[in-house]
Amino acid sequence: MAQFINTVFNCVSLSSIILLTSLGLAITFGLMKVINMAHGEFLMIGAYMTYVVQNIFEKFFPESMFSLYYFFALAAAFAVTFLLGAVLERFVISRLYGREVDSLLATWGISIILQQAARSIFGMQGVNVKAPSFLNGGITIGACTFSYNRIFILGMVILCMILVWYIMYRSNFGKQMRAVMQNRAMAQCMGINSRKVDMLTFSFGSGLAGLAGCSVALLGSIDSTIGQNYIVNSFIAVVLGGVGRLTGTVLGSSVIGFASIGIENYTSASIAKAAVLFIVIVVLQFRPQGLFAIKSRKLDE
Amino acid sequence: MLKIKDMDACYGESKIIPALSLDVEKGKIVCLIGRNGVGKSTTLKSIMGLVRTPKGSIRLDGEEIIKMPTYNRVRKGIGYVPQGRDIFPQMTVYENLMLGLQARGRKSELPAYIYELFPILKRFEKRKGGDLSGGQQQQLAIARALVTEPKILILDEPTEGIQPSVIQDIGEVIRKVNKELGLTVLIVEQYLDFVLGISDYLYIMEKGEIILKGSTSELDAAEVQEKMTH
Repeated sequence: MAQFINTVFNCVSLSSIILLTSLGLAITFGLMKVINMAHGEFLMIGAYMTYVVQNIFEKFFPESMFSLYYFFALAAAFAVTFLLGAVLERFVISRLYGREVDSLLATWGISIILQQAARSIFGMQGVNVKAPSFLNGGITIGACTFSYNRIFILGMVILCMILVWYIMYRSNFGKQMRAVMQNRAMAQCMGINSRKVDMLTFSFGSGLAGLAGCSVALLGSIDSTIGQNYIVNSFIAVVLGGVGRLTGTVLGSSVIGFASIGIENYTSASIAKAAVLFIVIVVLQFRPQGLFAIKSRKLDE
Repeated sequence: MLKIKDMDACYGESKIIPALSLDVEKGKIVCLIGRNGVGKSTTLKSIMGLVRTPKGSIRLDGEEIIKMPTYNRVRKGIGYVPQGRDIFPQMTVYENLMLGLQARGRKSELPAYIYELFPILKRFEKRKGGDLSGGQQQQLAIARALVTEPKILILDEPTEGIQPSVIQDIGEVIRKVNKELGLTVLIVEQYLDFVLGISDYLYIMEKGEIILKGSTSELDAAEVQEKMTH
């Protein structure tokens, strides 16, 4: 029993990590249809920002305040990746709308540049962040232990989901954003500045990658390839769930999370990886639009 | 109200409309007619800034707008109902209408007369735009354009693919907003009976050029008919 609960917790935890790293991608790739190969590097930047903010706190602030660094790191990670996203959109991606292959290659180049920059600044060796004291340890119930780290990430995902949902479906900006994504020309004809909306939407997606990076910094060492490690699963989750749907991304992440841990339990890690990819291929074979396709009466298409 | 002078309109590199001039007088209903593919829709799209217009001038109430981005033209007072309606399919009827407010101040509300003009939209408020029938979508598209509180309303083939009774309703609405709100209207249309019934002034287009123009009451219906069919 205890083992079963542990397994389920691990499944949920992995799903939440994948979901957290996928949320930004669900917006830039899912909604905007921009294949941003540098998305993983935004995650990396978010992780390194955590490291930088931690070092600043260690050096300049009293010991008692050290644990607070993490909240500043979250804000810094979001802000820096948000701004980088804005710059990337304005100077690269907005010039390549409608040219998928070109924007794919351009962002891939940027991803390589960012990785090398990280190596030049922080070195080849991975660096580690100290988790704030309130995230050390875990709750033990019976024979099961749930680490605070993982519970925290679960909470982060829920918070980010609420944030995304609120912005998309309750704010005025969200209304503009959905209008632009559904029909750019018509949105302009409603008086919406679509270029501004494109830029802010992309920045928001990038900022979410920064937040995700800040969260996964707690899980292991940070190096220049950390983005690559997470980004593949994220792309798969978004495609599997159905491009353009947040619920789809939640489901896609869960399928991958549960399948990975579930299969790994009975076999080995590498077989689990292959099996997950196999599942994805089969699903897309029968539902090419992903698990959640947008259904609507299309009169004029 | 709207004055187009010597305007070129292009798709990519190819020029569709050379040196077009067209006047829409304040408070009038003006129709631009012609057969398929002569550049009627392109004319409207150039007014909206949706196609390239490298040369000429478009003035709205005396103000030059040819270099303005689309969203600013809308804010200046041009309401656009495109061909095919272009309703946002994933949004509810209400959300579609609220989008019209984007062109105006932050705190503005839907004008009350919208639901009086289109009672059906009140009933279907919560439905997805994509689930409406063609005629309902057309009414929603007109209502949405009216929400922007334009000075001039531009409609691209409002009767296309719509049943006769709804066409009548739409004609009535256009006449009503023209009379009661004093809205200037420019319509691109192929359905001649509808055009002759509603318009004050006519432009007939052929291969990107205006070949005949005049007030509807003075033009010979048979001649117009002939130009439309050849």
